[in-house]
Amino acid sequence: MLNNSLYRYLLLLGDNSLILGHRLSELCGHGPNLETDIALTNHSLDLFGQVRSYFQYAAKIAGEGTEDSVAFLRYEKDYLNVHLVEQPNTDFAHVICRQFLWDAYHLPLMKALMKSKDETLAAIGAKGEKEAAYHLRFSSEWMKRLGDGTEESHKRLQSALDHLYRYSYELFKESEVEKEMKEKGIGADLGKILEEWKKTTEDIFRSSNVSPSDDPPAIAKGKQGFHTEHMGFILAQIQYMQRAYPDMQW
Amino acid sequence: MSDKKQWPIWEVFIRSKNGLEHRHAGSLHASDAEMALENARDVYTRRQEGVSIWVVESKHIHATNPEEAGELFEPAADKVYRHPTFYVLPDELKHI
Amino acid sequence: MTQKEINLEEQFQARIDRDESIEAKDWMPEKYRKTHIRQISQHAHSEIVGMLPEGNWITRAPSLRRKVALLAKVQDEAGHGLYLYSAAETLGITRDELTEQLHSGKAKYSSIFNYPALTWADMGAIGWLVDGAAIMNQVMLTRTSYGPYARAMVRICKEESFHQRQGYEIMLTLCKGTALQKELAQDALNRFWWPSLMMFGPKDDESPNTEQSVKWKIKRKTNDELRQQFVDQTVPQAEFLGLTVPDPALKWNEERGHYDFGDIDWDEFWQVVKGHGPCNKERIDARVKAWEEGEWVRDAAVTHAEKKDSRTEQKVA
Repeated sequence: MLNNSLYRYLLLLGDNSLILGHRLSELCGHGPNLETDIALTNHSLDLFGQVRSYFQYAAKIAGEGTEDSVAFLRYEKDYLNVHLVEQPNTDFAHVICRQFLWDAYHLPLMKALMKSKDETLAAIGAKGEKEAAYHLRFSSEWMKRLGDGTEESHKRLQSALDHLYRYSYELFKESEVEKEMKEKGIGADLGKILEEWKKTTEDIFRSSNVSPSDDPPAIAKGKQGFHTEHMGFILAQIQYMQRAYPDMQW
Repeated sequence: MSDKKQWPIWEVFIRSKNGLEHRHAGSLHASDAEMALENARDVYTRRQEGVSIWVVESKHIHATNPEEAGELFEPAADKVYRHPTFYVLPDELKHI
Repeated sequence: MTQKEINLEEQFQARIDRDESIEAKDWMPEKYRKTHIRQISQHAHSEIVGMLPEGNWITRAPSLRRKVALLAKVQDEAGHGLYLYSAAETLGITRDELTEQLHSGKAKYSSIFNYPALTWADMGAIGWLVDGAAIMNQVMLTRTSYGPYARAMVRICKEESFHQRQGYEIMLTLCKGTALQKELAQDALNRFWWPSLMMFGPKDDESPNTEQSVKWKIKRKTNDELRQQFVDQTVPQAEFLGLTVPDPALKWNEERGHYDFGDIDWDEFWQVVKGHGPCNKERIDARVKAWEEGEWVRDAAVTHAEKKDSRTEQKVA
């Protein structure tokens, strides 16, 4: 099925939400206070909701399987998410910074999908756009609180940005399937999304008193199925039940 | 006990749908108004409970004292002439 | 006690006897206030610590549907803790102080959460049994005398209604599945049955607070009454699943119209209450870790708000 472009594109979209949703779900019960814990869990739930839409559609296109077989029954090299979403919850600054870099990309992506020639994707985009807009609002506010908070919070945010910014380039590095989907009017034009992303991030970096590092882009080929060392552990958890008890209904 | 400053308490009021008034839903902690609105959205409208939110920092609410309840509210008890049933009209009369 | 205080206490009791709600600013005996702070915060702590055993399975949930349901449920528990802390705060104590009491071991929480969640079936058993037991207490508390507590409970009960169903559905799926899955379900019931019965607290004749709590309508039923009610409603549910309740003494008593059941291991109960259960230390350590690692975040938010305020003031000036 990975040769089917639309199927592959859906994995690419869905895997990002799956892995980021997973990272956020690790925090449930461990947030800096109750209100923030609840808020981040809402983000995670939104992302898993999107995963379900993408993978239900993918299973339909494949003509076999379910959202769950798509989500849980692949080998690591068949997951197509970017490296940014695999980055661990090192501290709250990393969580917020990762989220912000993603949200600033995700909102224009959803807006673009709303205009997709593919009706299902357009519907997913319309629903996702509202969620992404709220996520971006939330993470932007927190970027400012941390960047313009205490000396420690500023230091932590800058250090998180130094680490994570290198991974943002991969979001915009067009893979073959993204190029094809763009040309067919189904997928998003990453060039246009990058323009909006730059505007959003520059604006928020300024009001957060942080600056992106000049380090070269991380060498990241998640869209081709090559991942960081974190990915194996992430999948060990996500797929635990399927590996321990194969072929059962839960 | 750390002497760190806590996030202040806010009271949350939610309009469940247009046409209805905002009602007190509960409280939460937030460091500023924007966060209070976002927290209220995340805490109190997870099940589509609202279409509009007000938040106000609890310290800004002025309340009557329960000990004054007698002088404040009991004098209204004998003003029955403020209610329509005080006025006796024949049953056959309509639309009044 | 002065004559004036005695009169106030009598009037206060008369209000409770008339089923009037007591509100935050009303006069109340100091002991009523303290008892409520203790009970409400204990309840709040239980919600928060209760997030941990289930939270442990979110990343391993076996399907997307189960994952979002579990995530939403654990999130609800955070919400319920929040509502309850807010209710306690109306009595003149801060959430930070309450948190400190939990972390120092001064405050208690429900002992059930000191048992480990070892398999996916435990998500079923916890939802079915633990939430089932909790709901019985909570429904009773929606009519408790202290207004803010009762209102928090109304909201909580409304939201909790899906929790027990979620758990039972997991059990049902397991029991309809393979032999191995049914074994997992039975094993979870075996491990959670007795701790669930312990959730209702000590026997009435050994429960120091029951009498006063009933008088103040904090409790409307005693520990033993609620425990019996739980057994009576849960045994048929276990039978429906085709599972065996791990109690050889369990038997329907026609005369009483209730199930008779065996003795609870009270030594184990007190051991866990005193901090020596399987996971007491892990649970508190996890809470303390989250709190300490969050300190710089909470400080940053306050400092940012202060900076913003002072900038606005400067502009105005």
